[in-house]
Amino acid sequence: MKPLRKPVQLKILSVPSHLPIVRAALEKMCELIGFESEVAGNVVLSVDEALTNVIRHAYEGKEDQPIDIVLTPLCGQEPDGLRIELRDYGRHVDPGRIRSRDLADVRPGGLGVHIMTECMDSVSFSPGEGGGTQLTMVKRCKQCASKQETMK
Amino acid sequence: MTRHAPSGSPVRSVRWDGKTAVVEVAGEIDLNCSNEFQGDLLKLLDHRPDRLVLDLANVTYMDSSGIASLVKLLSRSRKGGVGLRLAAMRDRVRSVFEITRLDTVFDIRPTVADSLEPS
Repeated sequence: MKPLRKPVQLKILSVPSHLPIVRAALEKMCELIGFESEVAGNVVLSVDEALTNVIRHAYEGKEDQPIDIVLTPLCGQEPDGLRIELRDYGRHVDPGRIRSRDLADVRPGGLGVHIMTECMDSVSFSPGEGGGTQLTMVKRCKQCASKQETMK
Repeated sequence: MTRHAPSGSPVRSVRWDGKTAVVEVAGEIDLNCSNEFQGDLLKLLDHRPDRLVLDLANVTYMDSSGIASLVKLLSRSRKGGVGLRLAAMRDRVRSVFEITRLDTVFDIRPTVADSLEPS
């Protein structure tokens, strides 16, 4: 199989029942890039948390709103990895106000941002042009180069 | 006695062992079903068990909305004097508890049998 080079683009609506479909696609992409199973699980969880936040907060539960997802393999870079971009067109949240909460405070909710920052190498929020938010996350993968090499 | 919940809910069945309710949970627990999951679990407290044991062996995925449901259940259980034990988690589910540091808050047991042991 040829190594992954080009981005994969997904467009979904803000429907919770679409989340398992994104998770399955992302799991497969992580496998093809060469992430270890545990790391792939963390990447999938991070994207799921980000999408959950979009549905709950940016779109306030409305189920007919667009979410664009771009998964870009970072090939030929040291180390290789995956860049994930999520774009919503909903209520923009000031990035300065997006932060994980104190985990010693045991209560429901507010864990999504902590999970993302804990599991990914970089997480950045920025205002989207024309409204909404652009979230970019990167996960690097030291062993991915060798995996991709064997696929050539 | 075992009660089977309607399909679609992550709570698949409830078996009573004396005053302990052993709850079989299965599937992927995310935003799609976490409200239903939480509702089903909180309803069990109405039966006034001494202890709830959640058998998570067949839970293949859980995100923070599922975790939030369990935190809510833990809070209500503590207020009602009900013990809560989580049993037989898969590695990926356990990993979410570790990332959120909640593995030290919940009573997590390797098996259901272990969860039925006295305190």
